Amino acid sequence: MGSPDVVSSGRLAGEPARRLSAASPRHGEKVIRGLLILCAALSIATTTGIMISLVGPSIGFFREVSAIDFLFGTEWSPVIQPPSFGVLPLVVGTLSVTLWGLIFAVPIGLAAAIYLSEYAHPRVRSILKPTLEVLAGIPTVALGFFAFSFVTPLLQDLWPGFLGDGPNIFNALSAGLVIGLMIVPIIASISEDAMSAVPAGLREGAAALGASRMRVALRVVFPAALSGIVASIVLGISRAIGETMIVLMAAGATPNMTFNPVESILAMTAFIGVTATGDIATGTIEYDTIFAVGLLLFVMTLVMNLISIRLVRKYREVYE
Amino acid sequence: MSTGDGVPGPGDTPGLAIHTEVPKHEHIGSKETVFELKDLSVFYGDTPAVRNVSMDIFKNDITALIGPSGCGKSTLIRCLNRMNDLIPTAKVTGQLLYHGEDLYGGNVDPVQVRKLIGMVFQKPNPFPKSIYDNIAFGPRTLGMQGDMDDIVEKALRDAALWDEVKDRLHSNAYGMSGGQQQRLCIARCIAVQPDVILMDEPCSALDPISTGKIEDLMLDLKERYSIVIVTHNMQQAARVSDRTAFLIVELTADEKDRWGEIVEYDETEKIFTNPSDERTEAYISGRFG
Repeated sequence: MGSPDVVSSGRLAGEPARRLSAASPRHGEKVIRGLLILCAALSIATTTGIMISLVGPSIGFFREVSAIDFLFGTEWSPVIQPPSFGVLPLVVGTLSVTLWGLIFAVPIGLAAAIYLSEYAHPRVRSILKPTLEVLAGIPTVALGFFAFSFVTPLLQDLWPGFLGDGPNIFNALSAGLVIGLMIVPIIASISEDAMSAVPAGLREGAAALGASRMRVALRVVFPAALSGIVASIVLGISRAIGETMIVLMAAGATPNMTFNPVESILAMTAFIGVTATGDIATGTIEYDTIFAVGLLLFVMTLVMNLISIRLVRKYREVYE
Repeated sequence: MSTGDGVPGPGDTPGLAIHTEVPKHEHIGSKETVFELKDLSVFYGDTPAVRNVSMDIFKNDITALIGPSGCGKSTLIRCLNRMNDLIPTAKVTGQLLYHGEDLYGGNVDPVQVRKLIGMVFQKPNPFPKSIYDNIAFGPRTLGMQGDMDDIVEKALRDAALWDEVKDRLHSNAYGMSGGQQQRLCIARCIAVQPDVILMDEPCSALDPISTGKIEDLMLDLKERYSIVIVTHNMQQAARVSDRTAFLIVELTADEKDRWGEIVEYDETEKIFTNPSDERTEAYISGRFG
């Protein structure tokens, strides 16, 4: 590191130094850079750690149970003798709850996003959007209680006879709807961000051609914001698949391979939650089951994220 | 929609008339007026942006609005197709007649107004879609009858863009040069066969060659359309326009509020050779602004 004298040497005393080296070595810059790298590395390290902790016990599980029996078996009874480890009822349970949640959350979330971004007066938006985001912060145990003690009785009361038997006390629909309620703010808020980021010039261009607000929103803003909108839905799906407390409290614990919303099911997360907090010895096959199911959950979310990234690349409309 | 000899107007397109019967057009000399502005002022909240503008804009003319930055040229042109309605705080007072009908009347639908009065913006704003879909957007919005391929081709030919893009109609409009994008926006605008085309500094983001092409295009288009253009470029106003309005910035004594006012509005040749107001002369000769 050159000191100031080196550069200014050869000048007459009193002549202003035309110094090129830094006044101080700026060690702080290097420290900050190091800290930032550390933070970025931490998230990767965590993900890797989770992977390793899932894979280890899962290997133990797959020594005992064949992957084919696990993935394609339709009977889940790990603690009954003889045990059966077909995971499909759990997968279907999770997908069923997710599906009902999405049917509820996607239209409402997107409609809310369109309203906030294209219709709401700025003052209304500045109140509504934070309120909506508070909804995303409600503890899921409170939502689970809400599903069990309010939504389920309501569904039972309102159930129209021509649809057959009403909902069981534990049912996929009630859990699905409340999970939907939980992800509405995620979809609405992220989609609204994506739509607000569409340049105003595109809106003006469409409006100047005699397009109504709805047409501007649906035909210009929506396609231009598609990648953000899809991202919001994917995030919502991930939250729905991973949600534990609501399904545990409202959807029951019956491994049941059905998409029928009124029946009790057992979701993958609920199984993990119940079993992990139950009385099970480490190293047993029952214990390893938790990790196998967890690994499958991890892979499902990963595959879905990869598919959505591809879809977004294919369909998005890029504006400068 | 038949436009007969190619002169579209509300009289020829009853399906697009604003609401009420279009009254008999007023004539001044031999020219038919399209817009009559009477004491028109625009405010954003309580702050005035343009004040007391009175002028007549004539059919098949190119009317230029010139003046220094902040004089409200853009605000003024955006009144003419009610684009200012998109800004929640904007308020218009005074009177603005379009073919004799109050453009800000209670029964006038701004969406309908914009079907008749198209607009081209300062920054080219093609949709992030194919060239074809950009042109087809307006006709589809209006539910125009006829073969869409023909409508698209005609609009692109009229905008002198067909030969450059006919082999890549289905590629994204963002692959075009800035000048081509702006001509695409003009093509998109004329595809819906409007009565008037408003252009808000359409060449300010373009190089001189693209600018020249757009100026040539404007001179072609004025045969069939009435054009109002806002420009920073005085040479451009002198080259293309028939009539020019010169606006300046006025300040309150305490310099808290500033707004635009019209100084002089006349035939372009007179404005540039023999202006009646010395402020116009100072501006066009480059002594201020």
